[in-house]
Amino acid sequence: MATITGAVTSSHVPAIGGAIAKGLQQDPYFNPFFAGFPPVHAWLAKAKPDVAVVFYNDHGLNFFLDKLPTFAIGAAPEYRNADEGWGIPTMRPFRGDPELSWHLIDRLVADEFDMTMCQEMLVDHALTLPMALLWPGGGECPVRIVPIAMNHVQHPLPSLSRSYRLGQAVGRALDAWDEDVRVVVLGTGGLSHQLDGQRAGFINKAFDLMCMEAIVDDPERLTRYSMPDLVREAGAQGTELMTWLAARGALTGRVSKVHSNYHIPISNTAAASMVLENEVSVEANA
Amino acid sequence: MTHDTRRPDIPGTTLFDGAMARKGYALNKMCYSFNSAANREAFLRDEDAYCASYGLDEAQRSAVRNRNVLELIAAGGNIYYLAKLAGIFRLDVQDIGAQQTGMSKEAFKAMLVAAGR
Repeated sequence: MATITGAVTSSHVPAIGGAIAKGLQQDPYFNPFFAGFPPVHAWLAKAKPDVAVVFYNDHGLNFFLDKLPTFAIGAAPEYRNADEGWGIPTMRPFRGDPELSWHLIDRLVADEFDMTMCQEMLVDHALTLPMALLWPGGGECPVRIVPIAMNHVQHPLPSLSRSYRLGQAVGRALDAWDEDVRVVVLGTGGLSHQLDGQRAGFINKAFDLMCMEAIVDDPERLTRYSMPDLVREAGAQGTELMTWLAARGALTGRVSKVHSNYHIPISNTAAASMVLENEVSVEANA
Repeated sequence: MTHDTRRPDIPGTTLFDGAMARKGYALNKMCYSFNSAANREAFLRDEDAYCASYGLDEAQRSAVRNRNVLELIAAGGNIYYLAKLAGIFRLDVQDIGAQQTGMSKEAFKAMLVAAGR
């Protein structure tokens, strides 16, 4: 069976892409965020994942309002980034894992999560930047990916509760996968920020820190926030917390925090990263 | 669990819901087209003709002409698509934030830094 090694969550602020392209990782403005990643790299070196299942939200690269799925899953042999319109450099392509994608699709739909299935799917900065942060250097990425896009553009958005349960269904499906592969689950986005309206620039440090604590041991507590409540507490785009909840949901074993980093601001955003390790019980692996 | 489907009242915030998505469809569709460099150039070559080809209504056309983000949002624009329009004018999300809050960019950035303390 597949081994779920843990989850890594990270912000995906476009300015991070600019900083990577310009080599500004040590710059005083960006360093407090990039400094959160050496511990992530150390953990990945031990966890040795073969595949990353990535919960993220498309910002209008692959999906438009003409056909906007609530949950979409990639089932492609390769995923490419492309021009996003506002100048972020186009990133490397990623290898897919179609066999695992179709296994997840079969299991998720059987589990009553009616996914939109995508044999072609462009992936935007919300996927490419966390991948570049986790596996820097720009060469071929050492892991294959299965992207899962969540609607974060148009309300009604999937609730935190639903997002968490989607993650749980992915975790069950991974546990039922016959191949002997090691999996890391990613959740990208957040934390508090708001880009639009007179409330632009809104950040809520106390709320973010509460979320980073609760997501380790008491994620159900976070699922009780409605989307309007979450907009109020975390800003209009802070609702990306849904991807963190989905990633947390996929951890089916005993979960412990390995690492966390939190910094305000990168661009308009409270930028954070976490590593949650998933300890698989001996019985489950037998 | 009960679901309140009324639009919540959050100051300075317009939730981009079905009503806004219907209202802003033409504007957002035009902005989505700016993922292509050729389309960005076509817009810059003849803004009027480009807006007309997407069927923008008067409020949307005026908001684009004014480069005014709050007007663009009121006309149904979604911030993720509007960012592609703003990119044509080399405006980033902090320029946009400053414009919407009536601050200088420096003051807006200082406000964000202060939020971390």
